[in-house]
Amino acid sequence: MMAGPGGGSSDVQWCFSQVKGAMDDDVAEADIISTVEFNQSGELLATGDKGGRVVIFQQEPESKSQPLRRGEYNVYSTFQSHEPEFDYLKSLEIEEKINKIRWLPQKNAAHFLLSTNDKTIKLWKISERDKRPEGYNLKEEDGRYKDPSTVTTLRVPVLMPMDLMVEASPRRVFANAHTYHINSISINSDCETYLSADDLRINLWHQEITDRSFNIVDIKPANMEDLTEVITAAEFHPNQCNTFVYSSSKGTIRLCDMRASALCDKHTKMFEEPEDPNNRSFFSEIISSISDVKFSNNGRYMMTRDYLSIKIWDLCMETRPVETYQVHEYLRSKLCSLYENDCIFDKFECCWNGNDSVVMTGSYNNFFRMFDRGYQQDVTYEASRENSRPRSILKPRKISTGGKRKKDEISVDSLDFSKKIIHTAWHPLDNIIAVATTNNLYIFQDKLN
Amino acid sequence: MSEDNVEARTPEEAPADGTEVQETIINLEKAEEAKLKARYPNLGHKPGGSDLLRKRLQKGQKYFDSGDYNMAKAKITNKQLPTAAAPEKSEITGDHIPTPQDLPPRKPPLVASKLAG
Repeated sequence: MMAGPGGGSSDVQWCFSQVKGAMDDDVAEADIISTVEFNQSGELLATGDKGGRVVIFQQEPESKSQPLRRGEYNVYSTFQSHEPEFDYLKSLEIEEKINKIRWLPQKNAAHFLLSTNDKTIKLWKISERDKRPEGYNLKEEDGRYKDPSTVTTLRVPVLMPMDLMVEASPRRVFANAHTYHINSISINSDCETYLSADDLRINLWHQEITDRSFNIVDIKPANMEDLTEVITAAEFHPNQCNTFVYSSSKGTIRLCDMRASALCDKHTKMFEEPEDPNNRSFFSEIISSISDVKFSNNGRYMMTRDYLSIKIWDLCMETRPVETYQVHEYLRSKLCSLYENDCIFDKFECCWNGNDSVVMTGSYNNFFRMFDRGYQQDVTYEASRENSRPRSILKPRKISTGGKRKKDEISVDSLDFSKKIIHTAWHPLDNIIAVATTNNLYIFQDKLN
Repeated sequence: MSEDNVEARTPEEAPADGTEVQETIINLEKAEEAKLKARYPNLGHKPGGSDLLRKRLQKGQKYFDSGDYNMAKAKITNKQLPTAAAPEKSEITGDHIPTPQDLPPRKPPLVASKLAG
């Protein structure tokens, strides 16, 4: 059941479920969460952090004794995906921060995911082991090798049950294909290929082949002085394997069809909202830069996030978005200070719920926003320790901009801009959301009655 | 935007006088732009232009290039001095050209993520 986001006439109430991570104020840089992603069934939830580590949570099956309570997410596996490197040729540090994680559709008992930092993409296999062979002929039980002369009989080892062990192993490393910093990876619906995008180029890979990659978009100008825009995000269409989109720092989205040519520099469609050139300010281009683009699950729409708003585009209409939602319009009168403290460059992400009826994105002060497209309602919630009592219902938050602040409202000037929610994810089939603050992962779900 | 409209209950449709809303929006932005120019008079006029983008492309600590390295080597052979004295003196920013040997090795965090705790 995927009703509206709560409040007013719709009947969904969001409740706190769990919070992961240390609850003290001392945040090590390595603990900053940099990506959050559910797998296709929603059973697994992966996070990546600035220290290059991946933590995967698994939802416990619903217990028979409490059928109306969804299972909790507990740690399933954790591993070091990327390590810091030094590029000696350019004397540049390569950060180990995980920029994106994408799950491959499950084909067998093991789970596979792609994780990427600025330069290298890795395919990780996560598999379970719950049996081990016992009764070797040449080894003792503790692993020491037997003296062969003492072996007088031959036996077949048997598989005995053991405590469940979850192993993560790197199966492929896709390296050396990006001069600039990777911002996106997206898995194709053909189950064979995926794309990776950096500031100026997009490459197409085969999931099995690491020594070769095809360049499909290249917007690098011959003279770097002529550089006017960069690629900010890219994604494959959910069911058309020939189609992908990429967004730019100038607020445009280009849709490309790989059947048209090998190099997709010429777009098939260009989505751009017209703007009166007289209405431009110093900030116009910066705040129009698209920080995230996501296709809807049904493949008919795409959503873009720029600094102040979310726009929903019908893929059949390039001239303007069909819906626009203001995330935090009250920040428009703060752009000067947001430029000075660099917040204006924050790259917020956005996500759809499973049936494309609600979209969600983060904001400052650990606020996150939901927009119900059907009921035309929006709501603001806060991920905070104060709201962290088990199953406590989230109360909508209100921001006041004018002089008269009502009780329970927060004034714009008291917002904490260091507490930003950049990464959010929605369970593909259920009303469960994962919201990342700087170093904590909050899991909320709708109240089941 | 008027203070009553903070929680817009409808998505932004073009109201009857759409130009008025547009004007308010651009006035807010231009006011913020004036503030910024007052604080930083040397700010360039092409904000989204190649300077900003090139800074973005070069994100990441650049320690030195071969020009710096060769200059530093030349300085040492000329002066004959700094090599022994330098480690004792507290480094003045910009005075010391780092080399691969000087850089503290960056190791991955040795502890597990606190999310898994």
